[in-house]
Amino acid sequence: MENEEFLRTALYDRHVALGAQMSPFGGFVMPIQYSSITDEHNAVRKAAGMFDVSHMGEITVTGPDAEKFVNHIFTNDVSGMPCGGILYGMMLYPDGGTVDDLLVYREFAPDSYFLVVNASNAGKDYEWICANAEGYDVEVRNCSDSWSEIALQGPLAEKFMSEVLCLPSAAALSFYTFCDCTRNGDNLKVSRTGYTGEDGFELYGTHDAICRIWDVLLESGVAPCGLGCRDTLRFEAGLPLYGHELSETITPLEAGLGMFAKVDAKEEFIGRSALIAQKEAGLSRRIVGIELHDKAIPRAGYPVESGGVKIGEVTTGYRSISTDRSVCVAMVEKEYTALGTPVEIRIRKKVFPGTVCKKRFYATNYKK
Amino acid sequence: MAKTIEGLRYSESHEWVKVEGNIAVIGITDFAQKAMGAISYVDMPDVDDELSCGEEFGAVESVKAASDLYSPVSGVVVEVNEELCDAPELLNSDAFGNWIIKVEISDPSEVEELMDAAAYIELCNKA
Repeated sequence: MENEEFLRTALYDRHVALGAQMSPFGGFVMPIQYSSITDEHNAVRKAAGMFDVSHMGEITVTGPDAEKFVNHIFTNDVSGMPCGGILYGMMLYPDGGTVDDLLVYREFAPDSYFLVVNASNAGKDYEWICANAEGYDVEVRNCSDSWSEIALQGPLAEKFMSEVLCLPSAAALSFYTFCDCTRNGDNLKVSRTGYTGEDGFELYGTHDAICRIWDVLLESGVAPCGLGCRDTLRFEAGLPLYGHELSETITPLEAGLGMFAKVDAKEEFIGRSALIAQKEAGLSRRIVGIELHDKAIPRAGYPVESGGVKIGEVTTGYRSISTDRSVCVAMVEKEYTALGTPVEIRIRKKVFPGTVCKKRFYATNYKK
Repeated sequence: MAKTIEGLRYSESHEWVKVEGNIAVIGITDFAQKAMGAISYVDMPDVDDELSCGEEFGAVESVKAASDLYSPVSGVVVEVNEELCDAPELLNSDAFGNWIIKVEISDPSEVEELMDAAAYIELCNKA
């Protein structure tokens, strides 16, 4: 098949043995589903599921100027961040468009940061970071090939972390922090983060270490989950996906992620002046949630209309599994972004009425 | 192996057609429902809509995607299966036992252009 031209994660053979439906994503061939998207989605909401997310990119920034440099390329503010802390944010182009959204881990070693980026952007991100490092005393390394990663997500994730993986220090982490720990001689980096709206952890290690963790969790009853439900879960929780709610032409302000761009707290970062200008001029469009009054399902790319005139476009849409409602997020013109605004979505030949609502369709259950 | 039924005609876009007099009863094949996974919505045309052969007339939706439906014949929609509005999953449990629309055939020669079961099985095996 054409899948041969794509990279495989260390867990590839396990996915195939489990009968997963495999598909290309971000340069890798990844499991989309094992049993069904709905069952896997519900396993994460009600118990625990695990995802192979080894395709994610890892980039390290080290050196005397590391903090200053990360603050230069990153919208959030890492100054004064404690070791073991994690921040979500974006890297921007000078015009405010988004290079990528990412997590920045402040390592326990001095002057050292661990950046986790989207698989499809890892190469571009690395080049972007290096291209902007001139004048900074830092070393930038793309070490994506060295790391495998599993996301363990769901209300029972903590129980599996402490009782099955026997990692009490990791199980005790608070939201958006991480620790380095050892399990049976394997060095692991474990963070209390995820992309599902549920409590959970992300575990990073060598390929062999992550395969061992996968096997232990699988044997103890954690549901293997594919990228299909990863998308339905993150969508319900109001989390953006690069290429949909964020892109080279979408700024964090337009995506409704302004709280992660510290325009006021920081004096400088790439894209800051563009965001200030955009704020001053006022946004012309913004991401909103839309609920349809019908069972028809809005999908990415479908036009959003008002009185027969196109006013935006759906970026992600589903029949929400957890709420059984037809909902979507869409980029629409500013004057239609107020909660309660009636809009229509064109689905094939018909137009369906809907209402602008919050883009978080499911109440998240983070362990804060 | 997806099942087929002898005597039905099949389109390349995985619809089946059962001819009853001048009426084409149209549904999706077992192969199609398997490929879609759990079906959560069926978008159907209105009665009296005029369809031409190969024209999109609706869609079947699963969690992950919408899959367009194409009319295998030209004609006027005389009936849609309202049962699928509340129970789209019927297409998963029995794709051949649950039709989607009935069309009054305007050009019977179009039916002859469609595949028989053997040719359709060959198509599925290549997919």
